[in-house]
Amino acid sequence: MSPAPSTDRRWPRLRALWGLVRALSGDDAYERYRAHHVARHAGEPLMSRREFCADAERRRWSGVNRCC
Amino acid sequence: MRRFSAVVLALGGGIAMGGIALQRHEPINALWIITAAVCIYLLGYRFYAAWIATRVLLVDPSRATPAERLNNGRDFLPTHRAIVFGHHFAAIAGPGPLVGPTLAAQFGYLPGTLWILIGAVLGGCVQDMTILFLSTRRDGRSLGQMARDELGPFGGFAALIGTLLILIVLSAVLGLVIVNAMKHSPWATSTVAATIPAAILVGLYLRLWRPGRVLEGSIIGVSLVLLAVVAGGWIDHQPQLRNAFDYAALPIAAAIVIYAWVAAILPVWLLLAPRDYLSTFLKLGTVALLAVAIVLTHPQLKMPALTQFIDGSGPLFGGALFPFVFITIACGAISGFHALVASGTTPKLISNEADVRLVGYGSMALESFVAIMAMIAATLLDPGVYFAINSGAGVVGATPEAAVHTISGWGFPVTAEQMQALAQAMGEHTLFARTGGAPSLAVGMASIFGSSFGRSLAAVWYHFAIMFEVVFILTTLDAGTRVGRFMLQDLLGHLWAPLGRTSWYPSVLFASTLLVAAWGYFLYVGVIDPNGGVNILWPLFGIANQMLAAIALSVATGILIKSGRARYALVTLAPLAWLALVTSAAWQKIVSADVHVGFLAAAADLAAKLAAGSLSPERAAVAPQLIFNQRLDAALTALFTAILWFVILDMARVCVRRLRGLPLRSSSEAPYRQSQLPGPALAGQ
Repeated sequence: MSPAPSTDRRWPRLRALWGLVRALSGDDAYERYRAHHVARHAGEPLMSRREFCADAERRRWSGVNRCC
Repeated sequence: MRRFSAVVLALGGGIAMGGIALQRHEPINALWIITAAVCIYLLGYRFYAAWIATRVLLVDPSRATPAERLNNGRDFLPTHRAIVFGHHFAAIAGPGPLVGPTLAAQFGYLPGTLWILIGAVLGGCVQDMTILFLSTRRDGRSLGQMARDELGPFGGFAALIGTLLILIVLSAVLGLVIVNAMKHSPWATSTVAATIPAAILVGLYLRLWRPGRVLEGSIIGVSLVLLAVVAGGWIDHQPQLRNAFDYAALPIAAAIVIYAWVAAILPVWLLLAPRDYLSTFLKLGTVALLAVAIVLTHPQLKMPALTQFIDGSGPLFGGALFPFVFITIACGAISGFHALVASGTTPKLISNEADVRLVGYGSMALESFVAIMAMIAATLLDPGVYFAINSGAGVVGATPEAAVHTISGWGFPVTAEQMQALAQAMGEHTLFARTGGAPSLAVGMASIFGSSFGRSLAAVWYHFAIMFEVVFILTTLDAGTRVGRFMLQDLLGHLWAPLGRTSWYPSVLFASTLLVAAWGYFLYVGVIDPNGGVNILWPLFGIANQMLAAIALSVATGILIKSGRARYALVTLAPLAWLALVTSAAWQKIVSADVHVGFLAAAADLAAKLAAGSLSPERAAVAPQLIFNQRLDAALTALFTAILWFVILDMARVCVRRLRGLPLRSSSEAPYRQSQLPGPALAGQ
């Protein structure tokens, strides 16, 4: 299930930058969750992308996360 | 090499500060201030923060953090420090550091700038880093929980009440800031109105069509709101459409209250979350653009270093330099609110304790730098223009002629024609009495951006800046209302259990209505106040925010002393003492006989005028509400100060018990476990 690691090694700096932008914006949150799940909780049910995003949003907005 | 860089920093900072000191009687270039600020932050980070981390907090890079021990792939997740830094900065940086310095510029550029730099390096950054560290050691517990665990039930309760009250005052004053930016401005109002469907569209996109594709959604959303800025200019030139978006302050305030109520009860994915993506992108982009533009244009500051208003007679808000510059600038120097974020989501992402220096201290230094840029944007305007935009009609006169006469009489020459030409260049009908700081900041940003990236676009830049401020003020308003609702439900649950259920719809409706009504009331009074309202609400917000910072620093000091590090306690005790002094000096807001400063004096003065029949009919109509509000504000100030001192005394009680060797609540720190994390295997690398 985990995303096949890219074998393309061109433009390493651009790739690193793109990875940083995705991580900073939370664009890769589901992939990170899935990788973690496969590595640590392989037997348990995996949330779909849709379920995970709904859950993440609910957790994110139930505490103080924006400031003055 | 490191020693060499430190010497360069110290020399650079010293030369820049010397440059500022030597040019006291001539216009100073903004680059001096930027250079001094950057050097001071880097020196603070390089030396003070490192010393605090290793000697005071005893940061242990070998210790497993909650992100590692409790890793669930979701909220507890070891994350690369650059990414935690980004998340944390996006969470703490709100409109506060833009508004506070703009208002404090009435004292001249120097007092606010010095406080932003010194307050951040020795106070705000230390608070954020310490609370982040303490929460990381305690499995990411919140400030309220830490206060309860380490001090006692009173501390925890005080933190909860303090947070709830600060949310109410903050929402009201931010609402007022945007009302003043949007009143009788069809361009601004139509642009802001268009951001709501844009956010909803992004929300639907991210929920229904492409779940979790945050970057795609944000790019679509940002393109739409940029389009809305340009389209707003087109609407402004259509006589009929223009009228459809031309509203006075009161209807706009009502619309904001209704909007926030709806936003608080709608599912987050539909409006709040997508709006947050947009505002975060805009915020980071605009801040970066502003920094580049200031360096490119290196404008001269036209405001003097000090103005005569340090005596307390200022038109933006009453009160002398001490303590009011320290109350007006809370965010950007030290902000208690940050302690809530630093004890929320951030500690659950920290992969190594050593990262608290970058994430806690570093993020706050960057926010402080945003405040410095806001100060530059306010002080590069002609002082006469600055005062004309920011002074309420009740202070300088309701007509342009009266206002420019009053302001020129202070020694800051400005003409009605100059203001008219400026308003025209910015695509506005008038810029007089647009209190609250957002419009003058937008004029400042438009002139910086205009001279770097095209002067003919000044009106577009102005409305871009307004849209940028309003969008993330609305995000703060939405998020604040929702968090306040949870807290209120938590409190109400003690009275009647079903009210505490956060998913029970009647309880959701009831708590949201109560909360929105509370801040809506302050917003309403601010709108009808002929002095602009911001002069009352912003100091109240500042006092509340300092109170929260004092609670956070009390918790930190209490923990340091309890854990046998009393000799280093000054690190948090010194900023705490300063805040206690400043907040207590704000007692003037209650007892001062000066009607520009004291709430009670102002209420008594207005009551006497009302009784004598010397008020105009319009002012007499709103006078009873203003009188009641001033008295309520006096009571709130007394409550904030009382909470502050009770928490400090509670902390002192704990410290005395410790020094006498009496039994104490045991530390709530999680036990040591060796970290197994290999350095590079973190998420995001």
